[in-house]
Amino acid sequence: MTVRPGWMRRLAGSGRVELIPQGRMSGPMPWVIAIMVAMTAIALAAGLALGNAVSAARAEIEGGVTVQIIEPRPEVRAEQAALAIRAIETMPGVAGIRQVPQAELDALIEPWLGTGVTGAAAGMPGIPVPSLIDVRLEGAVTPAKLAQIAQRVEQVAPSARVDAQSNWLKPVFEAMLSLQVLAMVVVALLAVALAAAVLLAARSALGTNRNTIEIVHLLGGTDAQVARVFQRSIGYDAAGGGAVGLALALVVVLALGRRFEGLGAGLVDYGALLWSDWLWLAAVPVLATLLAMLTARLTVLHVLRKML
Amino acid sequence: MTADGEIIHFDNVGLRYGTDREVLSDLTFTLHAGRFYFLTGASGAGKTSLLRLLYLAQRPSRGGIRMFGTDVITLPRAELPVMRRRVGVVFQDFRLVDHLSAYDNVALPLRVAGHSEQDLAGPVRDILEWVGLADRMDAPPATLSGGEQQRVAIARAVIARPAMLVADEPTGNVDTDMAAKLIRLFDMLNRQGTTVVVATHDLDLLRKVPDSLIMRLDKGRLSDPTGALRYPPRKLT
Ligand SMILES: Nc1ncnc2c1ncn2[C@@H]1O[C@H](COP(=O)(O)OP(=O)(O)OP(=O)(O)O)[C@@H](O)[C@H]1O
Ligand SMILES: [Mg+2]
Repeated sequence: MTVRPGWMRRLAGSGRVELIPQGRMSGPMPWVIAIMVAMTAIALAAGLALGNAVSAARAEIEGGVTVQIIEPRPEVRAEQAALAIRAIETMPGVAGIRQVPQAELDALIEPWLGTGVTGAAAGMPGIPVPSLIDVRLEGAVTPAKLAQIAQRVEQVAPSARVDAQSNWLKPVFEAMLSLQVLAMVVVALLAVALAAAVLLAARSALGTNRNTIEIVHLLGGTDAQVARVFQRSIGYDAAGGGAVGLALALVVVLALGRRFEGLGAGLVDYGALLWSDWLWLAAVPVLATLLAMLTARLTVLHVLRKML
Repeated sequence: MTADGEIIHFDNVGLRYGTDREVLSDLTFTLHAGRFYFLTGASGAGKTSLLRLLYLAQRPSRGGIRMFGTDVITLPRAELPVMRRRVGVVFQDFRLVDHLSAYDNVALPLRVAGHSEQDLAGPVRDILEWVGLADRMDAPPATLSGGEQQRVAIARAVIARPAMLVADEPTGNVDTDMAAKLIRLFDMLNRQGTTVVVATHDLDLLRKVPDSLIMRLDKGRLSDPTGALRYPPRKLT
């Protein structure tokens, strides 16, 4: 039961005439909309983050070639690595090249074999670990380019292995792509369910407001006036529910983002949402509200047209 | 409105709901501007149905209706709202908007017509004061007694100074004193030029407006549109 206090009435003055007070949360529908908006936004965020991870990683890896110098004697290994770098550096189409430093290699191996296994630290003959050379090409890696590099490297380092990075990350990509497709399907399904919820909300609001609609109609309200009153009232409900839903989704997305950041794992870093992604998320409640208002309008006009 | 002061003209009007029998049949009569009409008849005789035709909630199944000189049967739907605003209605079941205060309910016709809040505040207060609800302006209808709701409904019907006032049993829920007072309000409006049509089966009420004309509905037929049943009897001129 809402009775507008005097000050609100005065605010409503000066030309803009409010027929009936707005912004009543009527029944469970705003909450249903809130939950649907939250779930849609979360699924959308997941889909977008996966998409970003896939495309960022792809851009990085597509042009990436890894050269491994597999040679047990450390001196020979270092020498061959230096020669290989020099050989590749001068090739056309190479954007960058870098030898992965020993410290980084240690860090990569540490989780599996513990510290000092490569021998450098303990001054003991440790497990030989290949030298890694990270080559960045200007375009994507093609078999021809890969063969060219392999040929060059072979001349100076016969024991070297040359791989395109995309080759061994392919299964990861594929897994991520299917996850992304799944996320988008879920988004689509949720969007349909959200639209249905909004439709039901508009219908149920029509039921509870039918009396008001009839009265305003009989007091000489035009169809447009009645529809506006009604569509505004639904709009407020949907916007309220949508805002709550979006807030809920943001809390979840930001908390999840934190968790993944904490992992510090390579690929996940790319999954951060771009500013345009945040706009998409914000668009979910906006679209839901517009849909609610449009449905409300069409429903009311339909009902009114059946009256004289 | 035509030259002879005709405000409403029914020409052989019939009304049926759905495929049922006709609840109104062969209605031919003319209402004149500035007159006070009582519409009487037993329960179920069709009083409400006839009034619904007058306030344009319903189209007749057959026949012609002219209001304010305009044929409302052929009038485009978009032009009906303006027509409705010239008719003030007290519904038999009040039809107040239950989530609006008494004040906002009474203000509704003025808001629909596009009046500004400054313009309507004074008149709305005045009329609520007149019907004795000055201290209940902010009350929602559910917290008002039946008689108080009825007075809000009447205030809402007259607030926009309609050319014609149509009231369906407007004194059904109030005591004799309040009924007399409300009828005085109608009479006063009538003297200022408003045509009044009041449906009632309270025959005492008829006596309170000496110049009134009486129409009697009997099973959907107008048995005496000439005013012979008036109290005291007098011929319609
Ligand atoms: N919407 C409707 N659908 C079908 N029949 C209706 C409808 N409204 C009224 N009727 C029928 O039309 C007839 C006249 O009803 P109406 O309400 O006009 O009578 P009334 O004279 O106003 O009665 P009362 O004094 O009890 O208010 C009744 O037989 C009623 O059952
Ligand atoms: Mg009736």
